Amino acid sequence: MTATTLDRPVRTQEKPSMLKTFLSRNGSMMPTFAAILILILLFAGAEAFLRGDFITPRNISALLLDNAYLLVLAVGMTFVILTGGIDLSVGSVMAFTGILGARMLAEGAPVAVTVPTMLLGGAAIGLLIGILVQYFGVQPFIASLAGLFLGRGLAYIVSLSSIKVEEPAILWLQSTRMSFGGWYITPTGIIALSAVAIAAFVLHLTRFGRTIYAVGGNEQSARLMGLKVGRVKIAAYTISGFCAGLAGLILTAYSGAGYPRNGIGTELDAIAAVVIGGTLLIGGRGYVLGSMVGVFVYGTIKTIISFMGAEQSWMQIIVGALLLLFIVVQRAIVARSDGRR
Amino acid sequence: MNAIMKSRLVWPASALILLILVNTIARPQFIKITVRDGELYGALIDILRNSAPLMLVALGMTIVIATRGIDLSVGAIMAVSGAVALTIIDGSGDPGNLATVLIAVVVALLVSLVLGAWNGLLVSVFGIQPIIATLVLMLAGRGVALLITGGFITTVNSEPFSFIATGYLVALPFAFLISIAAIVAISVIERRTALGVLTEAVGINPEASRLAGVRSRGIIWSAYAVSGVLAGLAGVVYASNIRAADANAAGLFIELYAILAVVLGGTSLNGGKFSLAGTVIGVLIIQTLESTILFLGVPSAQSPVFFAIVVVVVVVAQSSRLRSDLTKLFRRTGAAPAPAQDREKAEVAS
Repeated sequence: MTATTLDRPVRTQEKPSMLKTFLSRNGSMMPTFAAILILILLFAGAEAFLRGDFITPRNISALLLDNAYLLVLAVGMTFVILTGGIDLSVGSVMAFTGILGARMLAEGAPVAVTVPTMLLGGAAIGLLIGILVQYFGVQPFIASLAGLFLGRGLAYIVSLSSIKVEEPAILWLQSTRMSFGGWYITPTGIIALSAVAIAAFVLHLTRFGRTIYAVGGNEQSARLMGLKVGRVKIAAYTISGFCAGLAGLILTAYSGAGYPRNGIGTELDAIAAVVIGGTLLIGGRGYVLGSMVGVFVYGTIKTIISFMGAEQSWMQIIVGALLLLFIVVQRAIVARSDGRR
Repeated sequence: MNAIMKSRLVWPASALILLILVNTIARPQFIKITVRDGELYGALIDILRNSAPLMLVALGMTIVIATRGIDLSVGAIMAVSGAVALTIIDGSGDPGNLATVLIAVVVALLVSLVLGAWNGLLVSVFGIQPIIATLVLMLAGRGVALLITGGFITTVNSEPFSFIATGYLVALPFAFLISIAAIVAISVIERRTALGVLTEAVGINPEASRLAGVRSRGIIWSAYAVSGVLAGLAGVVYASNIRAADANAAGLFIELYAILAVVLGGTSLNGGKFSLAGTVIGVLIIQTLESTILFLGVPSAQSPVFFAIVVVVVVVAQSSRLRSDLTKLFRRTGAAPAPAQDREKAEVAS
């Protein structure tokens, strides 16, 4: 017997088993990979159909710029969904903080006061939702529904019509373009990307982040392990509220005005982006980078539709269909890993 | 007296009575009902008439929530149903023809049934979380409605069609009669047959009820289908009221108000025991509150703040933490334990 004859059967067994090991070890990453694949396919398809007009530095930069607020919302939403909850309030909280900031600036408040107020206002509503969920045992859906009503109503109380922002420091966030070649980025884009970076760091490299995953995986076990479940869950909602405040700032800079009707239904876009990015709604599995991919998938579809000049109604239908596709894929993955156990 | 106090309907009912009292004191004409040409008019009648779409949606939502589900797509189904009905009437040569209107309504309801069955398929067969399964249609449904109306607000002038929302029959608004019919039909089906008990069983423990031989799949599926049809009917009533199909505004946020009505009525979102009477009271509370807010001169856009406060008060009042704190407080004064035991006994007995 020579070594070569022994090698052959071993090698043929090893190849699929390596793939299998990779799949089983990184099963929770599969939906995110699928999202990346879809993003690439979207880009390739658009490039082919639109005769090479699509993948330009300008378009891709605009993708980040136009969806910066959604990206920030999706980051906050990821924290909440990872704990197994949901936050319906982000769209209206974003509208509230946006119009609040615009009103304060119009009344002559300095930026150094306005911006922290916006962020803390968002965080306060998030904190309220968290307390309802944790201490009063209210379902996240209903608690954040109260937050949705509260934010929308407060936005209209601040102002019934839109308020223009003329403060140069806020407009600077949007109008400054740092360009390299054809690429450009605005401070709003940098804020959004750093939100993703900070969230990824917190979720993967800190005790707090690991507790979030533990709570989402199995709250009972996490509590029995002595983890501070209540504190972490409240923090997740507060972070989501803070992100909604930040998104309000970005949107105000982006549109140059506060408007109380902003962000109706944006919470669903954010949830859809997070789900498309591979975060499981039962909690405990998912990545904030996946949510970023989800936002880009969402933004790319939007861009393609406006490029093709199709009706906006197709956007809703396509996002709905895509959401369905991802849910079915996730369902299959969860069913498989449950079966393995 | 004791039996009344123990009923789960005490709190919602007293809230409703309180609201009506406050309104009556603030403006005495609130309670007044006038008869004109054999038809009833008044603020209370308006509340009953305007509550029809929410009532229909909330009834369906109650059944879905009883199966431990939730249906977010009702608003989108309303939009689709209104769009279908008005497109048919608009496309026909004779919008005033009763037969045309009947065909349009039936087709709209059939489309809604299909959409509801689609939700049920996702939830009961594919086992997808109800929030997400219905979110798909909530997002896509409005797009479909926009496609049907071609992106425009379709308006029609059809006498029989506007009768649905604004007409009167035997002195009462026709829309109110529709919701009465729906309440009676659902109550009879759920409470005079075993279906209601089976629905509760599925909601309390799906696995145990499956082992006990309950066909939970069919029950869940039919719950979503019923919710779809009722939402479709609500869409028709809504479209008839404004004589237009507005794919963006029809049923906006109605899913949230419907869920709120169900919760106000004492049905837990965790599924299981449900109360149709509670839902009816919940809907009336919401509609009365809206009328009150309007009367106070608050712009209707700002009314969500009041609803947020109501939601918070209700859920905190229902929470077990507050109850246990209160029980502790009572125990210190030596009162509460006996009724608590009574309730346990009563639940075992029932």
